[in-house]
Amino acid sequence: MLGFLKHPVVVTADINLNVVALTAMGLLSRLWQLSYPRAVVFDEVYYGQYISFYMKRIFFLDGSGPPFGHMLLALGGYLGGFDGNFLWNRIGAEYSSNVPVWSLRLLPALTGALSVPMAYQILSELGFSHCAAMGAALLMLIENALITQSRLMLLESVLIFFNLLAVLSYLKFSNSQKQRPFSPSWWFWLTLTGVACSCAVGVKYVGVFTYLLVLAVAGVHAWHLIGDRSLSNVSVLCHLLARAAALLVVPAAMYLLFFYVHLSLVYRSGPHDQIMSSAFQASLEGGLARITQGQPLEVAYGSQVTLKNVFGKPVPCWLHSHQSTYPMIYENGRGSSHQQQVTCYPFKDVNNWWIVKDPGRHQLVVSNPPRPVRHGDVVQLVHGMTTRFLNTHDVAAPLSPHSQEVSCYVDYNVSMPSQNLWRLDIVNRDSDAGVWKTILSEVRLVHVNTSAVLKLSGAHLPDWGFRQLEVVGEKLSRGYHESTVWNVEEHRYGKSQEQEEREVELHSPTQMDVHRNLSFLARFLELQWRMLTAKSDGSEHKYSSSPLDWVTLDTSIAYWLHPRTSAQIHLLGNVVIWASASLATAVYTLLFFWYLLRRRRKICDLPEDSWLRWVLAGALCAGGWAVNYVPFFLMEKTLFLYHYLPALTFQILLLPVVLQHISDHLCRTQLLRSLFSALLVAWYSCACHVFNTLRPLTYGDKSLSPSELKALRWKDSWDILIRKYQ
Amino acid sequence: MPPAVGGGPARSELRPRRGRCGPQTARVVGPDETAKPAARSRKRPGWGSRHFEAAGRWALLALVTLLSFATRFHRLDEPPHVCWDETHFGKMGSYYINRTFFFDVHPPLGKMLIGLAGYLSGYDGTFLFQKPGDKYEHHNYMGMRGFCAFLGSLLVPFAYLIVLELSNSLPAALLTAALLTFDTGCLTLSQYILLDPILMFFIMAAMLSMVKHNSCANRPFSAPWWFWLSLTGINLAGALGVKFVGLFIILQVGWNTISDLWHLFGDLSLSVVTVGKHLTARILCLIVLPLTLYTATYAVHFMVLNKSGPGDGFFSSAFQARLSGNNLHNASIPEHLAYGSVITVKNLRMAIGYLHSHRHLYPEGIGARQQQVTTYLHKDYNNLWIIKKHNTNADPLDPSLPVEFVRHGDIIRLEHKETSRNLHSHYHEAPLTRKHYQVTGYGINGTGDSNDFWRIEVVNRKFGNRIKVLRSRIRLIHLVTGCVLGSSGKVLPKWGWEQLEVTCTPYLKETLNSIWNVEDHINPKLPNISLDVLQPSFPEVLLESHMVMIRGNNGLKPKDNEFTSKPWHWPVNYQGLRFSGINDTDFRVYLLGNPVVWWLNLLSIALYLLLGSIIAVAVQRGAHLPAEVEGILWDTLLRLWAWSLASSSLARGLYVVGNLSLLLGTAYSFYLFHPLAYGMVGPLAQDPRSPMAGLRWLESWDF
Repeated sequence: MLGFLKHPVVVTADINLNVVALTAMGLLSRLWQLSYPRAVVFDEVYYGQYISFYMKRIFFLDGSGPPFGHMLLALGGYLGGFDGNFLWNRIGAEYSSNVPVWSLRLLPALTGALSVPMAYQILSELGFSHCAAMGAALLMLIENALITQSRLMLLESVLIFFNLLAVLSYLKFSNSQKQRPFSPSWWFWLTLTGVACSCAVGVKYVGVFTYLLVLAVAGVHAWHLIGDRSLSNVSVLCHLLARAAALLVVPAAMYLLFFYVHLSLVYRSGPHDQIMSSAFQASLEGGLARITQGQPLEVAYGSQVTLKNVFGKPVPCWLHSHQSTYPMIYENGRGSSHQQQVTCYPFKDVNNWWIVKDPGRHQLVVSNPPRPVRHGDVVQLVHGMTTRFLNTHDVAAPLSPHSQEVSCYVDYNVSMPSQNLWRLDIVNRDSDAGVWKTILSEVRLVHVNTSAVLKLSGAHLPDWGFRQLEVVGEKLSRGYHESTVWNVEEHRYGKSQEQEEREVELHSPTQMDVHRNLSFLARFLELQWRMLTAKSDGSEHKYSSSPLDWVTLDTSIAYWLHPRTSAQIHLLGNVVIWASASLATAVYTLLFFWYLLRRRRKICDLPEDSWLRWVLAGALCAGGWAVNYVPFFLMEKTLFLYHYLPALTFQILLLPVVLQHISDHLCRTQLLRSLFSALLVAWYSCACHVFNTLRPLTYGDKSLSPSELKALRWKDSWDILIRKYQ
Repeated sequence: MPPAVGGGPARSELRPRRGRCGPQTARVVGPDETAKPAARSRKRPGWGSRHFEAAGRWALLALVTLLSFATRFHRLDEPPHVCWDETHFGKMGSYYINRTFFFDVHPPLGKMLIGLAGYLSGYDGTFLFQKPGDKYEHHNYMGMRGFCAFLGSLLVPFAYLIVLELSNSLPAALLTAALLTFDTGCLTLSQYILLDPILMFFIMAAMLSMVKHNSCANRPFSAPWWFWLSLTGINLAGALGVKFVGLFIILQVGWNTISDLWHLFGDLSLSVVTVGKHLTARILCLIVLPLTLYTATYAVHFMVLNKSGPGDGFFSSAFQARLSGNNLHNASIPEHLAYGSVITVKNLRMAIGYLHSHRHLYPEGIGARQQQVTTYLHKDYNNLWIIKKHNTNADPLDPSLPVEFVRHGDIIRLEHKETSRNLHSHYHEAPLTRKHYQVTGYGINGTGDSNDFWRIEVVNRKFGNRIKVLRSRIRLIHLVTGCVLGSSGKVLPKWGWEQLEVTCTPYLKETLNSIWNVEDHINPKLPNISLDVLQPSFPEVLLESHMVMIRGNNGLKPKDNEFTSKPWHWPVNYQGLRFSGINDTDFRVYLLGNPVVWWLNLLSIALYLLLGSIIAVAVQRGAHLPAEVEGILWDTLLRLWAWSLASSSLARGLYVVGNLSLLLGTAYSFYLFHPLAYGMVGPLAQDPRSPMAGLRWLESWDF
């Protein structure tokens, strides 16, 4: 007891001056003149609008990535006191004085700077020499593309930071595994791995590839652990559980946390509301919530409702009808019923109101007490303004001839009886006697005579239908599809007996008071789903490129041009580094397979520990490159050069690994080794020279003459901007 | 302790070998076994029973085959009308018989075989196969259906043999055969003119020959070894030649081969030369042979189809010159473009078509209200354009003027022949691709404005060169805006007659969408040359047809608001497919797997995964298991692969070995569900009088 008092309290600190120096250099290169240019540069215009939304607490939806990255950028704005008042509409627009440019760009720059010492640490943890580790960090330091990307308000450098952090902390963890499992530092690094992985995924979806890689490596290590007979079954189980908790549970929880913070930050309604379901919209402050706040919950016979399609594609819209009828003969010669059109209309309109009627009674008002409509009930829907009945019959729909036409019935006395009975099918009912609820219930309207289902076909009607969307009766109801599901959005109990009074009533806003709220999980699921399915339009961009162009740096992106001079920022990589990194990857692959085949024939060129080191370095670095690069070939979105940067980072890490391997194992004599070192020095100075030459385009601080710019255009495909008249 | 990295995988590679080729193979091979005379002499007393057993196995095989044929051929002629996709594949079979050229997204072998079967059975190719429900009447369709049913029936004995080979358990093999025989889904698919029975036949045959080849591993380079290896290759070619999903069985065979070679390579008793021989044999039989056969099917395809038909427009101009009946066939046209020439301009990207215009304006609100310019896949007078000089409107065909050739870099005007409007572009956004400029027809009788001027450039050629018909790849650059004429490949709405959008793209990147070639060329002042020199070589044709197929496959995406079945629907038998007939008076056929079989399948796969992982962990922890369990484990793993890759009816339960009651249950469920496959008339399933009443176990089954 109290044995610790016998010894003095000693704090020993190891300070690796290499790391300190690298951090300093990284900070210097990334933070230097950070607030220049004081103008919107390239994708800042994109992220900026979301920062403004955060500042104003307005809800938005961005399909490009989870909210964590946006929130980090917004944090910079918050610390800098940004009020969100800036119109992000044009690249090159001058920032007004209320925009704290420096603090907005600070976070990406910091993460970019810290990536440099992290490269050093990763290679040391992988068991390579300090020389190799320094080399990796120095290469990161002078990579022009990484510098450009980290100095602006963009997310790639943050993503790279978390990718590297995940790898680094996993390595620290697995190295401490051998000596002191379950020690505090073991726990710390293990948890940090999970946290860093979830942060990477939270910044951009592509972070998931690094996460999967780390998981795979952890899985292989865990498998070896299972095979370790010196451990007892219980301790193996503890090990596995700890890993599962840190690498699966923690990331999932973190991911949910991001969304929780996001949703509690942006609680006001805004321009993106329309895409979300009515229930979601009602949970936001202002907007739909203001309208629906006072609505009665249960739809009753005599209720006046607007019906919104749940699928909402191509645009969110409401079931609608108007005085015009279907044209007698369509352009292609087919005939119609010539009855009143029923469409889906993307704007709020008094013609969107429908009255739920009991087929057995005549009145169109809610009785006292109200009789709620339940699942399975047969109802009629009366169009409020024209008092015609929603009807469908065996006539081909105007644009989808395989489905039935839906109309509001007009009695022409032509032996076409009205078929206006609909059975209510509440999809998300709790029980078979569930009541039809405003906003919450998702219903299908099944036609009683033909069992056709009311459906939004997604086609736009021609001019005679005012370009509104076509609504049809789908006969082949193959399972469930959201385009056949509708929900009540606005709702009130009808009181007026007479048509004229009723029209006045339809025009007046709804009110009364019931409060509803969606649970966080439901909101998260819906938001995540909409984000994943949100379609980005415009598959072409002036600077878009294909993944094949990236390895050879056959493309570039002009980020910004000074309004008067030809100073400009251009996303361009350090050609020497790119080429040698790709070469190193190829050499690594070849050597790896060569060794593998030789080992299979029991010829061991490498000692066992250096082979294991070589394999682990390859799995993480070459693997990291592959998982961050290859999936882009399968993606259909618009791709840019900067998507390659995470992969490039891993490739740069691999480069010193291969070089050290060549020097240690392939250069047999001392002379060769010295020669190789000399060659390396020459090569690195060459890379430095390239960095220095491209520096004006990286920082954009120096205006070059047209001839100098032309001289920099080393490849025809680089679109360096040259002003004709100066 | 040696690290588990090296040791673990190596040992696990060895395990399947022992399981397959050790004592078990000896039992399977039985009478052929000559390697161990001593062992044989000791077992001599068992010989008679062995013979008996072998005979019994053959008898069982015959029984299984017979049963399979009986079920597949039962009521094959019903319904006597076109069902579901027969309308496509029957039609394509007819095309082969009529030798007209067509285009399809699948490789040709399956349809060729259907055509051959029809031809041999006396079908004359005159039936139109217009839409499902058309009556066959006097046309002979039984040959084609019979052919598909024949291949479909062979699946059952194949599956029987595969399982017998893998597990060496007779009950398991019988169970497999029974499950497959009584699966209504396989039964229905085998009874019609479809590609699926043919595909499944080749997949199953490839699997069988691979398994047989594996069991010959102890006698490398013997005759059966070569036979099964090359048979595997042939079946792979067949599978790939029917549909591209055959690729997955290639992956599986490839995986098996690689692990096989890896094992051989690690066997230090074999010299490197021997391993090299093994490798060469595999390359020959599994890569070279299938590729040759696959290419050969295309050679036959192009040789048979030599008449112009509905597929012409999908292919390039040079290709069309091969087809008799096409206006490029044996045609002779002037070689170099000159002013005054009447031309058609075709986009180089496949399946885009010709530059086209017609007397319809862009509708209000979509750019300027001028004449539409589109691309169109079919030949039409409206595809004709006249090349004119930008600065004069004089008729260059005036015989007094000398011929002036168009050269790379010239400024030209393209006048639409039928409407005399100039190809025009301006700063209005294009109808669909909002970032591009609109292209219109403008001007009256050739008089327009400076927005009608285009610079004609040949890709990768020097300035001043003449422009060749068909061979020059040209770009048209708009002089005023600097944009490039191209087609976005997007389909215009009704107002544009669903032709493709033409735009002027401000992005100067060189893509095939913005490169064109001149196809027809009429100029009476120039001498004609024969086009035969342009005929593409066979490799070019092969490459082009693959490009067109890939593009066609990419185009087959469902729209947002359509109902589609999702991959996860399939294994759970979520919903079926209506082959024919809707109303209660129709003859109805409904494709639905036998739910008992399918769900049993899912169960056994889940069970396998569970047991497999438990055993794997136990082995890794050092527990010792009987060798037989391991053998079965790895064999089943192989089959699981087959299931997950081919996603067809391959994998059947193995762990339920010998469970006879199960078999009876399957037979009974087959009895319950058989009306779906053989077709039924009468009330719908909601009606209690229907044979299917009460069998609608899932709400999504809409029979």
